Amino acid sequence: MKNMKLLFAMALVVSLPAHAKLSVFACEPEWGALVQELAGDAVEVSVATTAKQDPHQIEARPSLIARVRRADLLVCTGAELEVGWLPQLVRQSGNGRIASGDGAFYAASQVETLDKPGTVDRALGDVHPQGNPHVHLDPHRLLIIANALSARLAQLDAANAASYAQRLADFTTRWNDAMAKWEAKAAPLKGRHLVVHHVSWVYLERWLGLDEIGQLEPKPGVPPTSSHLSELIATTKAQNPIAIVCAAYQDEKPSQWLSERTGVPAVVLPFTVGGDDQAKDLFGLFDSTIDKLLGAAK
Amino acid sequence: MRKSFAPALLLAASTAAFAENPPDTDALEARIAALEAQAQAMREQTAQVLAALEAARAEIAQLKSAPVASAPPAAPPPSAASSADSSGNAFNPAISVILDGQYAHHSLDGDAYARSGFPLVGEGEPSADGLSLGESELSLAANVDDKFYGQLTLAAETEDGADSVGIEEAFIDTTALPAGWSLRAGRFFSNIGYLNSHHTHTDKFPDRPLAYQAFLGNQYGDDGVQVRWVAPTDTYLEFSGEALRGNAVPAEGASHDGVGAYTLAVHAGGDVGDENSWLAGVSYLDADARDGSDGFSGDEQLWLADFTWKWAPDGNTKDGGIQLRSEYFHESRDGDFVDPDGVLAPAAWNGNRSGAYVEGVYRINRQWETGYRYDKLWAGDDTPYANGFDPYRHGVVLTWLNSEFSLLRLLLSYDRPNEDDSDRVLTLQYQVSFGAHGAHKF
Repeated sequence: MKNMKLLFAMALVVSLPAHAKLSVFACEPEWGALVQELAGDAVEVSVATTAKQDPHQIEARPSLIARVRRADLLVCTGAELEVGWLPQLVRQSGNGRIASGDGAFYAASQVETLDKPGTVDRALGDVHPQGNPHVHLDPHRLLIIANALSARLAQLDAANAASYAQRLADFTTRWNDAMAKWEAKAAPLKGRHLVVHHVSWVYLERWLGLDEIGQLEPKPGVPPTSSHLSELIATTKAQNPIAIVCAAYQDEKPSQWLSERTGVPAVVLPFTVGGDDQAKDLFGLFDSTIDKLLGAAK
Repeated sequence: MRKSFAPALLLAASTAAFAENPPDTDALEARIAALEAQAQAMREQTAQVLAALEAARAEIAQLKSAPVASAPPAAPPPSAASSADSSGNAFNPAISVILDGQYAHHSLDGDAYARSGFPLVGEGEPSADGLSLGESELSLAANVDDKFYGQLTLAAETEDGADSVGIEEAFIDTTALPAGWSLRAGRFFSNIGYLNSHHTHTDKFPDRPLAYQAFLGNQYGDDGVQVRWVAPTDTYLEFSGEALRGNAVPAEGASHDGVGAYTLAVHAGGDVGDENSWLAGVSYLDADARDGSDGFSGDEQLWLADFTWKWAPDGNTKDGGIQLRSEYFHESRDGDFVDPDGVLAPAAWNGNRSGAYVEGVYRINRQWETGYRYDKLWAGDDTPYANGFDPYRHGVVLTWLNSEFSLLRLLLSYDRPNEDDSDRVLTLQYQVSFGAHGAHKF
C-alpha cells in the first residue's frame, strides 16, 4: 500500500511534460534521413533501425519502447513491413499521440504500392497483402512522400510551418536536379537483367527500367529449395544479368554462391541510408546504388 | 489498495491539464489567429510547390520515350493517411491461431512423480507421456475504437481425457491515456517476472521452468485490473500494479471479496550499442490464499527478479545471436496447512521457499537454434512437503525453424524431483502459427 503510493507519486513527478522540440521516431534510416532533410534541427529524430538490420525482423526492444514513449510523430514504411514489431512498441509505450491519426505517418500509404498479391497465402512466404513496402527506392515516390511528410510536420508543429515549407521547396529543387542526373547516368541500365536476393528492389527496377529475372529467396522469409537454386543457375547463365544484388543487411553468402557458379558479379547495394560509406544521406544512397550497378554492368 | 489508484490517476490528469492551459485567453486568441494566418500561408506555399511538382512530373513523363515502363507513380490518393498502416485486417479483428502438439517420453511414471517441497499445483505438472496436444490457441485482437484495444485468447485444454475450450485471456487496454499511462481490465497474464506475461508459444523451450511450475502453476493469469506507466526516459522504465481476483495459483479461493492478490513490478531495459540489449525487473506478488490445492491458507509474498540479455551480430536476431535469461523466485508464507489428501497432520506453514533458472539460447542461423537450461528449487526446511532434498533439472533444446511461422523442437531433459527418483524426458514438439502476423514482446 505505502509502496504503491510512493511509486505513483514518483511516477507523477517524472511524467510532467517538459520538452519543446517535436520528437520524431523513424522506423528506418531512409525516413530518418528524409525528416532530417525536411526539418533539420527543428525536430529531434531517433532512428529505430540501422542499414545492417532487416526491417522485417526487429525485436520490440525496451530501448525502442522508451523512444516511442516520447515520440510526437512516427515516420514508418507501413504496408505491414513493421507488423512484427511496431504494433507491440506502440501498445507497450502507452503513448496515445502516435497510436493512430496525425501522430502516425506511413510512407507506403502516401503512394501507390506495386506487387499487391492477387492471393494472400503464407505458402508463398511472408507476403505483404498491401503490396511491396520498399517504396523509398523510387525517387519519384519519395518526393510525393516528402510532400506529405512536410505537410504533416507543419500540421503538428505550426510554429515552424514556414521553415518546413521552405525546406521542402529547397529539397524538391535539389531532388529534381538529382533525379535528372541519375536518370541520365543510369540510361545504359535500361532493359538490362538483374538477379536479386529478395524482392526489395521492384521500385528501383521500375524506375530504371531494369528487368528482374530471378530471386534467391522467392518466398520471403522461407529459404529456397535446391531445385529452385539449380533452376536459378540455369536462368542466370542463360539471360546474362548485370549482377546478383543483395541489400547491406542481407547475408551475402547466397549471392556469392550463385556468383561463383555463374560468373555474374555479386553486388551489395546499400538499400538504405548508411548501407555503405557513400550512402550518407538520401542523395548518396542513390548515387551509390547507381554507381554500383553501372560498375557491374561494364 | 484500491483507493490509491483513483486519486493518483486524477492527479495525473489534472496536472497534465494545468500544464497545457495558459492563463491568459486573449493572448491565446491572438496566438491562434497568428497560427491560422501562418497555416494559410503554408497551405498556399504547399499548393504552389505541389503544382510545380505536377508540372515537372508531366514534363518528365513527356520526355520519357522508353519502351520499358518507367512512368512516374500516380499521385497520392487524397485520403490515404491512415488506410494502410501496420494493423492486421482492416475492420475484422486480427485473428491468429497457434497450433502446438508434442510427443513426450518419460522414464518415470507420471503417477509416481513427486517434487520435494513442492506439491504439483495448477498446470505445473510434467508433460503427459506420449502424444498430446499442447497450447493450441485462437486469438482475436483489434482496436475497439479510438480509446480501447481488446484481445481474446481461447485455448484448447484437455483434462482427464475431456476436451474443453478455456478463456486464457480476455482483456481491454486503454490506448489514449496521456503521459504514458495505460489501464487493462479483464483476464490477463500478470506482468510479474519475465516469462509470466509471455505466451508459452514465444518460449524457447517446450515447457516452463520449474520455478514457474512450482510457484505459479506454470503461469499466473487471473481476472483483474492493471495500471501501467512508462517513464519518459532514455532508459526504458516501466511500473505496473495489479489487483487480481485470486482465482488461480498462488492466490486460490476468491472467497475474500473477489480481490485476492496484488502485484507491483518495475522493469528497466536498454541497448548497449547496436548489438546488445537487456531487460531486468523486480516484481512482487501478495496473495491471500484460502484452501489452496497444496493445502495452504494464509498470506503469501512472492518476490521475483528477472534478467534478460540478448546479443546478435548487427542486431539481426533472426540470423544469429545469443540470448541469456535468469529469473529468481523467493516465497514467504505465513498461514496454516491442511493436507487436501488427509495424509499429513494439520500444521502451521511459516517458511520460505525459492527457485531459479538460467537459460542460454544460441541462434546458429535463420533455421537452427539450440539452448541449455538449468532449473533449481530450494524447498526450505520448515515447509510441510520438504524432506531435505532440493529438486533440479537440466534441459538441452534443439529447434529447427522452417520460417517465422513454423518450427520443430527437440528437448532432452534430466529431472530430479526428489532424492529417490529421476525422470529422463525426450520431448518432440511442433508449433505453427497462422493468421495475422503476431508482434511479440522482447
